[in-house]
Amino acid sequence: MTMQACVQQPLAEQAPVLVIDDLRIEFPAYKSTVKALNGVSLHVNPGEIVGVIGESGSGKSVTAMLSLRLLPERSYQVKSGSLSILGRDMLTAKEKDLLSVRGRDAAMIFQEPMTALNPTRRIGRQMLDVIIHHQRLSKAEAKAKAIALLRDMHIADPEQVMNSYPFELSGGMRQRVMIALAFSCDPQLLIADEPTTALDVTVQRQVLLLLREKARARGTAILLITHDMALVSQFCDRVYVMYTGAVVEQGVTAQVMADPRHPYTRGLLSGLPEQVEPGQDLMTIPGQVPNLSALPEGCTFLDRCAFATAQCLQRPPMQTIDAAADRKSACWLSAPSHATAKESRP
Amino acid sequence: MAFLNMLRKRLGGLLLVVFGVSLITFSISHLIPGDPARLIAGDRATDAIVENIRHQLGLDLPLYQQYGRYMLDLLHGDLGTSIRTHRPVLEDLQAFFPATLELALAALTLSILVGVPLGVLSAVYHNRFIDQVARTLAVTGISTPAFWLGLGLIVLFYGHLNWLPGSGRLDEGLDPPRTITGFYLIDTLLAGDTGLFFNALQHLILPAITLGFVNLGVVARQIRSAMLDQLGEDYIRTARAYGLSKWAVILRHALPNALIPSVTVLGLTLGDLLYGAVLTETVFAWPGMGAYVVKSIQSLDFPAVMGFAIMVSFIYVLLNMAIDLLYRLIDPRIGEVN
Amino acid sequence: MTTPITAPAVAPLPAASRWQDKWAYLAHQIRRSPLTMAGLLITLMVLLVMAFAPWLASHDPNALNLTQRLAAPSAAHWFGTDEVGRDLFSRVLYGSRQSVGVGLFVAFASCFAGGLLGCMSGIIGGRFDGLIMRLMDIMLSVPSLVLIMALAAALGPSLFNAMLAITLVRIPFYVRLARGQALSIRQMGYVKAAETFGAGRWHMVIWHVARNAMPPLLVQLSLDIGSAILMASALGFIGLGAQQPTAEWGAMVATGRNYILDQWWYSTFPGVAILITATGFNLLGDGVRDLLDPRQQGK
Repeated sequence: MTMQACVQQPLAEQAPVLVIDDLRIEFPAYKSTVKALNGVSLHVNPGEIVGVIGESGSGKSVTAMLSLRLLPERSYQVKSGSLSILGRDMLTAKEKDLLSVRGRDAAMIFQEPMTALNPTRRIGRQMLDVIIHHQRLSKAEAKAKAIALLRDMHIADPEQVMNSYPFELSGGMRQRVMIALAFSCDPQLLIADEPTTALDVTVQRQVLLLLREKARARGTAILLITHDMALVSQFCDRVYVMYTGAVVEQGVTAQVMADPRHPYTRGLLSGLPEQVEPGQDLMTIPGQVPNLSALPEGCTFLDRCAFATAQCLQRPPMQTIDAAADRKSACWLSAPSHATAKESRP
Repeated sequence: MAFLNMLRKRLGGLLLVVFGVSLITFSISHLIPGDPARLIAGDRATDAIVENIRHQLGLDLPLYQQYGRYMLDLLHGDLGTSIRTHRPVLEDLQAFFPATLELALAALTLSILVGVPLGVLSAVYHNRFIDQVARTLAVTGISTPAFWLGLGLIVLFYGHLNWLPGSGRLDEGLDPPRTITGFYLIDTLLAGDTGLFFNALQHLILPAITLGFVNLGVVARQIRSAMLDQLGEDYIRTARAYGLSKWAVILRHALPNALIPSVTVLGLTLGDLLYGAVLTETVFAWPGMGAYVVKSIQSLDFPAVMGFAIMVSFIYVLLNMAIDLLYRLIDPRIGEVN
Repeated sequence: MTTPITAPAVAPLPAASRWQDKWAYLAHQIRRSPLTMAGLLITLMVLLVMAFAPWLASHDPNALNLTQRLAAPSAAHWFGTDEVGRDLFSRVLYGSRQSVGVGLFVAFASCFAGGLLGCMSGIIGGRFDGLIMRLMDIMLSVPSLVLIMALAAALGPSLFNAMLAITLVRIPFYVRLARGQALSIRQMGYVKAAETFGAGRWHMVIWHVARNAMPPLLVQLSLDIGSAILMASALGFIGLGAQQPTAEWGAMVATGRNYILDQWWYSTFPGVAILITATGFNLLGDGVRDLLDPRQQGK
């Protein structure tokens, strides 16, 4: 871990830009119900970079999409909980209100830059559409702003890019255009759903550095969804670890990395290539992610956990480890790293 | 360069089609029982006259030589002479073609004007009530026998309500406008005769609806399918994520992109309409190629039928080429080196 | 790395290993689509009419009754009578055998013949394949309606010739479909595998190809029946196809045309019969296609 993100004040003075409170979401399916989110609570303070890490099925993408209510209306049911951006409840808001939040108060960038743009329109037109939609600028002003944005994203020849079609640009270039678009209306929150997964490794870092640089400059908060631990440790101030639709651990990134309290987090970290000597086998978590339509009563990590006790047959609520630093873990035990002996709850 | 290659391939295809169609039509025309020479000569002609005619037509030559003469004639644009009208088939077809084209274009326009919105609604309200209604309408369109629908419309709008005429392109006794394009709607306006224009329009409505109703189903289904494809794409999600309203996204992003691949399908329906007009023209006594060919079939006038087949195949291939060209022009992704 | 990110979060659709599950799922899908249900019901009804026409008809369809010419629909004659006094209701019922019979025969025959030819073409390859494809291309470039009419007229107006004409014209579609399947299966190595096992090349390979080619062929078939029925009635309308006194829907509409303005029922009822039948088969065909189309199952 080469770069330490600076530690923000754990509880900011201003109101958080995103608050999710005990959100439970279900997807009805043929003869079953997929419990996608089971009591997710998280928040993002102004200006900070928060990571959400988890595997497929952990619910991280659902959370991201739900923030701007981009899931098809009839496909899901909100069982309980709330989600608000800048104090506005997104789950019950009318379509009219949503339209002013999307792109202006909060913007989103997606995983696949290759398909995120309309393939039959030039970049310039697509950017102008968004800028003019949200801001009262003339066409010339909007165009100037778009070009300035592209240049700010370290794109060498913005006019050329404006005149191009998406298929004429590389993946990394397209993602920069998406980032430019995201910042075009100066949002308070930027949700990045695995923004670098589809890019070359060499480009990944550049894009994230760009994101962080521009967000810091504008005071925009970032919610970074990813499955890559390395990215989280390098770029995020705080992190939420998700498993089977719930947050299992949260806290300041440095602390979570150094001293993971939830067995799942420990499993994720120990699986990193840096953790082993060359020639040794990589650590894996045994077992499989449980079926989201048939979740067990107790702790969902139970059958894969090396530290399970009889108590784990009851689902553990979030345990506060350090209230000041908002450090929590959803585990009955709290074992220090590398310890094999079970310890009683602190 | 790629364009020239495509052109060359297409022209090759055109020649192949003409060759193939001529082969088929030639074979079929030799299947007919009876003696063409005698048919032309008539019952009371002497044997000598029949022999003369047979020699003139080259019917006493071996088969492959007959075919050779046939092909040669074809390449000169000679489609033979109609047994029924005694005029060159090509002349007959040229005379009747504009009427058919006018009808087909009117039908295409109607089916697009109604079919596209139907398809869009169907896709947006996927599997909901509107979709079921629209799909039922589309299926009904495809399942309707055009000749029966035409009859029904005539009975209703002409027989009972007397709102619209039941046959022909103009009222009895009215003279057609001077032929410039062959399209009555255009020629009447060019001649400045608005009364005649409205008369021609009235006569066009029912046959256009009949022919277009079947096509409506095809159009609606194609648009529905193309829209569903587009609505599932990522860029739609991006547009929504940046604050575009639902219908703005549908109409300004999804529909234009859905129309691009649909152009080929919709364009090809014009070809179907051209020869599907056969039955509609019969029912409405519309003086077009279709009515001509049905009469030819019923009177076993094979040169005419074969000429029709060749001409329509030719038109079909040309239409294909034109649509290909159009598609290349409107889709910015074509022609790019990936 | 930790456990692979391939564990599915959602339960896959029932593996359908048990017959009951498979049928339950099928029934569920059909129930979800009222249009397909309607298609199924209509098709069944038509097939029943075809089979039981003699019992369902109120009169002998060919019985003349000149005192009752062109009678309006009434309790005695539900659909009225034609110009020689024959009961139209019975004629419509019997007519189903001609029109629908032709449609079914044509669809199945062309599917079978075309499928076989296409499979052979794909497997044998080489010049045989080239020749067949050229022939099919030529046949496809001629507008089918004209070709059918020309063929039927040349061969002479009769039911059999009409069926033959339509079948021949439909074959290229199936040949192309089947050939495509055969080619992709050839690439998959079934052929090579069968050869290494020493099994008779034809036996094993045709079995594999046929099984895999079935779904798209079946879809095309189910979609074709409706248009085959329309085609048959169109031929009947012009006078090709089944000849008098056999009852045939298209021909009945054509004859009724002479009396259309005063005796509306003559052309109406046979036409409605064509409409309903074609709609039923088309709806069913759509349903089959939606079911077998892998894209639809995800949504």
